[in-house]
Amino acid sequence: MSWLSIVALALQTAIGFPAASYALAASGLNLQFGYTGLSNFGMVGFLLVGAYGMAIASDRGWSIWVGFALAVAAAVVLALLLGIPTLRLRADYLSVVTIATAEILRLVVNARPSAPLTGAARGIGGLSENLGFFEPNFIPEGRYGIGDSFVFTSRQLWSMGITWAMVLVVTLLIRSWVRSPWGRVLRAIREDEDAATALGKNVVVYKLQSFVIGGTMGALAGAMIALNAGSVGPSRWIAPFTFALYTVVILGGAGTVWGPVIGAIVYWFLLDFVDGALGNLWFEVSDATSGAIRLALMGVGLMLLMIFRPQGLLGSRKEMFASGR
Amino acid sequence: MIDDEPAFADGATVTVTQGGTEVGSATTGADGVFVVEIPGNGTYEVALDTDSLPKGFSLTDEDRATLSGFRVNLGDQQATFRLGDDQRGGREFSDYATTFAKGLRLGLIIAVAAVGLSLVYGVTGLINFAHAELVTFGAIAAYALTSAGVPFWLAVPIAVALGAGVGLANDRLLWLPLRRRRMAMVSQMVVSIGLSIAARNLFQVFYGPNSNRYSVSTGQRESAYGPFRLTPNDLAVIAICVAVLLAVTVLLRKTRLGTAIRATADNPDLAASSGIAVDRIIGVVWMLCGALAALGGILYGLTLNVRYDMGFVLLLSMFAAVVLGGLGNAYGAVLGAVVIGVVQEMSGLFIDTAYKFVVALAVLILVLLIRPQGILGSKERFG
Repeated sequence: MSWLSIVALALQTAIGFPAASYALAASGLNLQFGYTGLSNFGMVGFLLVGAYGMAIASDRGWSIWVGFALAVAAAVVLALLLGIPTLRLRADYLSVVTIATAEILRLVVNARPSAPLTGAARGIGGLSENLGFFEPNFIPEGRYGIGDSFVFTSRQLWSMGITWAMVLVVTLLIRSWVRSPWGRVLRAIREDEDAATALGKNVVVYKLQSFVIGGTMGALAGAMIALNAGSVGPSRWIAPFTFALYTVVILGGAGTVWGPVIGAIVYWFLLDFVDGALGNLWFEVSDATSGAIRLALMGVGLMLLMIFRPQGLLGSRKEMFASGR
Repeated sequence: MIDDEPAFADGATVTVTQGGTEVGSATTGADGVFVVEIPGNGTYEVALDTDSLPKGFSLTDEDRATLSGFRVNLGDQQATFRLGDDQRGGREFSDYATTFAKGLRLGLIIAVAAVGLSLVYGVTGLINFAHAELVTFGAIAAYALTSAGVPFWLAVPIAVALGAGVGLANDRLLWLPLRRRRMAMVSQMVVSIGLSIAARNLFQVFYGPNSNRYSVSTGQRESAYGPFRLTPNDLAVIAICVAVLLAVTVLLRKTRLGTAIRATADNPDLAASSGIAVDRIIGVVWMLCGALAALGGILYGLTLNVRYDMGFVLLLSMFAAVVLGGLGNAYGAVLGAVVIGVVQEMSGLFIDTAYKFVVALAVLILVLLIRPQGILGSKERFG
């Protein structure tokens, strides 16, 4: 493969559905982590309930709107269940409990006795046919793009178009929220919880609101991933997914409006570029090894980013709580 | 069971398929055991040909001739077909006792591995997600040494010493500079996550995705000790764990170093002003943490096998243990670990084993609801 087509392929992913779905989930995480300072290390659990909400609706023959409603309802319930006991406690507890809960959810949907509801290890398929996600697609069949690599099918354009539209709506909503008094309280909690309490704000309620809203955005992203793939299985929703979202948020700039969007685009471009480059070296790298190298680079990247540029691409060092106080 | 004697089906055919394609098949021997080589972890379907069962044998549950969605996570996994009349109601006392002992073994291993996590949290306030990789490192180092021809009894102390070195290097190269920069704790946690992901995947690159067994853990036979049925390795593991945990207790309680560690954990500023070299104490704690984690990894590897993500599999149990006992409380971590280990293993007797981990994590969340400071934690330290 030529280097030009590697770049083209990486660009295709960077503006395609993968980046769009990550941007949507990362927006939710940004509200929780970037604006409120909540260390939700189980974001993937919210994506999981969103995806399974949609899949179960499809399995039962309900409509796509019921699917979205289920996804959102499940995320709200999950956020309340997690948030009420832990948001009162120190931040460390939230991180341990959320990562544990995300893992529980994955194990439960994967377990054999859960098969009637979740399909266990096999998952649930046939979402596109049952829900008719691609039916309103008005883009004529065909391939759109430049060259051989930077091309999209009409289905790809449809799902990425809808998801980017959702990202836009969510980002504009977040922009108006964080500029409101409500958003200023969130940032005050992030900077100094005790000071916010001293000013008479009910810190737990604000944190819970941010947690629920952010989780809902995660669930929507999960539902879109399910719709785009047409099937849902348990293997995708593992802890590294959460930390990929952290990388996206921190890369773009935690606590900035457009950070998750920029972060998702840059993250997917780099990831796919590394993938293509590993396949293009003078020596042979097996698929499993190159997957591991890719993740190892992500880990190192996350560390270096956090240490040397915690404000990310868009953030300002002054406002970034993570740079230390 | 035939006439109260254990009986095994000889010559029954078992076929393993993955995604519709046959992976392999095997015929059981006189001991009723079949072994099928599989290409790696994944989800398989294990089917028993009921027509091939010898005369007088039949499945307990006719619907379970095929085990679909059979997951292999740790390299190898046992698939069992129950034959004869359903006797699940009448499980013997020794089954409970043995499962309890295995739970105790798991709990003690978690304790050895997790004490370091708790100590580091105590002196620095860091929840180190990369602790799992210290555990894996110990197991892999010992495996590499034994593969290079070093006898196992010598490989263990070398690997533990290497673990201590890695622990110290962790502190001196990464965490000490970050503490000096006064980096926020949440950011430090994110750094430890990055380190964990990087290290785990580098293990996969260099060690490979396969699981291997230590040569000393093959060919182990269970024998009865009272109501417990344990292998010699089980006994050795339990003995080592108890000895090490006692040694750590003595270290913390009776020595000057232990006093300094506890003082630092209690209040670093006060400790520094009363003449304790806090950074040196933290370095020592990291060494201890690395050594104990490495030992825990080796012991865990002895009971199962050695894999690049074995520590990560154990990580949530370690977290559960540490939080259950009270964050930063080393004795609490031991107690929490034993509870988690026993609950995890015993729950397998009553509910589907697939939910084993879920039970441990559910216990964790329940404890946070009812007693957030943990079993041994003190209330006033929590805000």
